[in-house]
Amino acid sequence: MLITGYYTEYDNRRAGPMSIRHALLALLSEGPKYGLQLRQEFETRTGEVWPLNVGQVYTTLQRLERDGLVESDGSGDDGPQKGFRITPAGSDELAAWLHTPPDLSSPPRDELVMKVLIAVHTPGVDVGEVVQSHRRYLIQLMQEWTRLKEYSADRDLAFALVVDAELFRLDSVVRWLDAADGRIKRASTDPRPAVRAGFPKAPKTAEVRP
Amino acid sequence: MSVLELRDVSKTYGEGASQVHALRNVAVSVNAGEFVAVMGPSGSGKSSLLTIAGSLEQPSSGEVLIGGTPLSTMSRNDRARLRRRTIGYVFQDFNLLAGLTAAENVTLPLELDGTPVRTARAIGLQALNELGLAERAGHFPDELSGGERQRVAIARAVVGHRNLLLADEPSGALDSVNGEAVMRLIRTACQRGVAGVVVTHDAQLASWADRVIFLRDGRIVDQTAPPEGPESMLSPSRQA
Repeated sequence: MLITGYYTEYDNRRAGPMSIRHALLALLSEGPKYGLQLRQEFETRTGEVWPLNVGQVYTTLQRLERDGLVESDGSGDDGPQKGFRITPAGSDELAAWLHTPPDLSSPPRDELVMKVLIAVHTPGVDVGEVVQSHRRYLIQLMQEWTRLKEYSADRDLAFALVVDAELFRLDSVVRWLDAADGRIKRASTDPRPAVRAGFPKAPKTAEVRP
Repeated sequence: MSVLELRDVSKTYGEGASQVHALRNVAVSVNAGEFVAVMGPSGSGKSSLLTIAGSLEQPSSGEVLIGGTPLSTMSRNDRARLRRRTIGYVFQDFNLLAGLTAAENVTLPLELDGTPVRTARAIGLQALNELGLAERAGHFPDELSGGERQRVAIARAVVGHRNLLLADEPSGALDSVNGEAVMRLIRTACQRGVAGVVVTHDAQLASWADRVIFLRDGRIVDQTAPPEGPESMLSPSRQA
C-alpha cells in the first residue's frame, strides 16, 4: 500500500528528535502535563500522521529535563503519571525555534533527480517514458492524499494542514518533471550542437543579504 | 453507462506543411458518475479534446458519442439542443454575461430551452442555494468575487438535468483554497451521477479526479489506475 509505506519513510526522515523536542515544549507551554497525555496530544496536533512510541516521549522528556528546559514533579517514578512543566529557559528555546527557518539552503540528494539525470545519458532509454512513469506514480499518490483530505480534513485542521504540505511537496516534484520533460524535448530537437559551457564557480558559502 | 465516448478521434488544423495534428487517434470513455482529469503540457491537445467532446468543434476523423448517440448523425439543431440540455461547460474565465444577474446567468440556458421563466427561476435559485450563493442571486458578475463567479458558472453548468460537465482549467484564476472549493463542487456533481471531464495542467486539481489521463502531442500516453477506497488508504495509526 503506497501511503502506508510512505508514512513509514516519512516518520524516519522527518520526525527527528529535534521536532519532537520542540513539539513537547509547545504542548507544555499550555500548562503542566503527564507523559502519556503529551504523547496523545502530540499525535492529535500533528493530524495523527506522526505516530510516537512511549519510549520516544520519555527519552525526549529526560533530555529536556537534563538540559533545564522542563521540570518534573520529582516523584522519581518514570511512569505515565509523572508530570512535567516548562521552564523559562524552555519557553525561550521554543520561541527561538519557532522563528528560526529550517536549513533549506543546500539541495537534498534527490533520488528522482538522479534517475532522470542518468536516464538522459543512458542509451536505449526513453527519457519521456521514465519521466511519465514517475509522474503517474506521483499523481496517484496525490489522488490518495486528496481522497484523505476529502473524507476527513473538514473536521480536522491539523490533518488538513499536513495533507496540504504533502500535496504541495508532491506537486512541486510533478512540476519539476514537467519542466524537465519540456527542457529535454527542446534539447533533443534543437539542431545546434550541445556546447557545454563551463559551470560558474559555486560560492563556497551561500550568502543571503536582505 | 458511458455518457461520453470518443472513438479514434483525430483533429488537424490547417493544410500541407503548416498542418497541425491537435489530436491523434484518441479513445476515451467516461461513465456516469465518473470524474476524469486530462493533464498535459500546453499544446498537447487538451482544449481541442474538450471542445470536440462538447460538440463545439467537429473531429477531422473518428466519432464522438454522447449518451450512446453519435454526434455525426445529429442535425445542427439536435446538437444545439444537446448543448443546452445535456452538456454543462465551465471555462477558466467564467464566461458570465455581465448584463445579467447571477440568477439570470444560471437560468439562461433553461429559458433558451423553453422552460417557463418562473420554473427556470426556481430551479436556478435552488442551484445557487446549493452552492452557498442564495444571497448573491440578484448581484451582477462584477459585484461578485472570483470564487463566487466561478461558483455561478458551475451552477449554470449543472442546472437542469445535465449529465455531462466539461471544464477547462476551471480554477485557473483562483487561489488554492477557492480552487479546491471548485473541484469539490465538480466532485459533488459527479457523485450525483454527472460525468465530469476537467482539463488542467495543475496536478493538485487533477488529483481530485477518479482517473487522470495524460495527453502528449495529441495522444493519450498514459493514465492512472482508479484510486482505492478511503478506508484502505489510512495508515495503521489512523485506523487504530
